[in-house]
Amino acid sequence: MFDIKAIYEASSVEDAVRLLLEHPEAKIIAGGSDVLIKIREGRMAGCELVSIYGLDEMRGVTMTEDKDIRIGSLTSFSHIYADPIIRKHVPVLGEAVNMVGGPQIRAIGTIGGNTCNGVTSADSASTLFAYDALIEITGPEGVRVVPIESFYLGAGRVDLRAGELETAVIIPKASYTGYHGHYIKYGMRNAMEIATTGCSVNVKLSRDKKTIRDIRIGYGVAAPVPMRAKKTEVEVRGKDVSEETEKLIGKLVLEDVTPRDSWRASKDLRLHLCSTLAVRAFREAVRRAGGEIDG
Amino acid sequence: MAEEMRQFRQVTCTINGKKKTTMVDVRASLTDMLRNDYRLTSVKKGCEVGECGACTVIIDGECFDSCIYLAIWADGKEITTLEGLEGPNGELSDIQKAFVEETAIQCGFCTPGFILTAKEILDSGKLYTDDELRKLLSGHLCRCTGYDNILRAVKKTMLARHKARG
Ligand SMILES: Cc1cc2nc3c(=O)[nH]c(=O)nc-3n(C[C@H](O)[C@H](O)[C@H](O)COP(=O)(O)OP(=O)(O)OC[C@H]3O[C@@H](n4cnc5c(N)ncnc54)[C@H](O)[C@@H]3O)c2cc1C
Ligand code: FES
Ligand code: FES
Repeated sequence: MFDIKAIYEASSVEDAVRLLLEHPEAKIIAGGSDVLIKIREGRMAGCELVSIYGLDEMRGVTMTEDKDIRIGSLTSFSHIYADPIIRKHVPVLGEAVNMVGGPQIRAIGTIGGNTCNGVTSADSASTLFAYDALIEITGPEGVRVVPIESFYLGAGRVDLRAGELETAVIIPKASYTGYHGHYIKYGMRNAMEIATTGCSVNVKLSRDKKTIRDIRIGYGVAAPVPMRAKKTEVEVRGKDVSEETEKLIGKLVLEDVTPRDSWRASKDLRLHLCSTLAVRAFREAVRRAGGEIDG
Repeated sequence: MAEEMRQFRQVTCTINGKKKTTMVDVRASLTDMLRNDYRLTSVKKGCEVGECGACTVIIDGECFDSCIYLAIWADGKEITTLEGLEGPNGELSDIQKAFVEETAIQCGFCTPGFILTAKEILDSGKLYTDDELRKLLSGHLCRCTGYDNILRAVKKTMLARHKARG
């Protein structure tokens, strides 16, 4: 038995909004792989919950008319990984979520929970940042869409107001077309492990594969919330695909990131990882884009 | 707070091929419901926080940790526990026999979970590399045998089924 005061089961997105307004103390439960653990540990014991797990309308990956990729917030990691649209257009996201926990966690964990928990180590987050994803939020006033970067307000805090829930994660056509990427999760073990640091790099190369037309570097556990190495990106855009550029990335990112000491790893190790992972992820992203780095 | 008001809900689901209905406390996990209401004690209570896989069951074809799955969510679902693998006269299935033959069992606490994950792997009909099998089995902890015998049992059954299909 879980120590839960009451559960309200939503029958539709609209109903979820109504229940959230009616029970302002209640917390949303999607797959529960964060929430139920917290209840077991006593950190959320005695809470009220609004369960959205039954809302099949919030599951699945679709291609919109504008060729944006829309991932319903309740889509599980295992379904994202197996989805043909994801495999074809944003394979890095599938690969990233396939590194979450173990198979049973990937069957229950949702991308909505992974973003709404506001956690910096969330495996989908750095890749969603690297894809300039949008977050679709539904609430009493209807639907609003915000860039993922402004969705995160601080560690464990996201931009959800009273009565609101996240209904989809959107990857716009312009942010995946022509881009190739790679995500690296660094942890002490290969499975059932939270990332010590994670880095996801997307590149778009020139036609002749010699110049970096665009680059996006997303991080998890390089700051209190997932982030982008924006200063580095500006410097690297337009540079040659070369070992020199690769080294430059490894150096510049250290000025973007602000990792901290934790029981899992020291700040120094994380700084080293931020640099090394960016270089390695960049190298692989370039390779996938059809480019070659000499040396 | 006044005396807690207990909330119940009717849950109808198919368990090991049979349709069943019961009233569950909304605070119950699926482990609680399967063990207490249906006496399916192959579903083990291990860590109860999604780490060890001892409570694994198959829901609509996919393995889940039943300890972190609310019983109310099982409404309308098709659930398989280890008991569902038994033949009409109590025969063991191929994967269970392979676990015995390869000494992939000692105390047996992790075994029902491992076998259900193995069932999902084998039912996919795909051939996996050892590394892929390790990743697919990584949601289970075993305190006794080590993982080599378990991996061997799954691989052996995978290859045997592949051969039988021709
Ligand atoms: C054993 C184990 C291993 C794990 N390993 C990893 C790992 O390797 N990498 C990783 O990233 N995570 C890991 N996790 C954490 C967890 O599985 C993920 O964060 C998962 O994405 C949470 O999704 P959920 O649907 O289960 O979330 P829930 O627990 O249901 O919710 C999480 C939070 O988000 C809120 N929320 C959920 N959905 C919505 C929505 N649609 N709108 C508004 N708010 C919402 C909830 O209120 C809650 O605050 C692990 C968990 C366990 C138990
Ligand atoms: S008892 Fe469910 S995962 Fe350990
Ligand atoms: S056989 Fe004892 S835990 Fe695996």
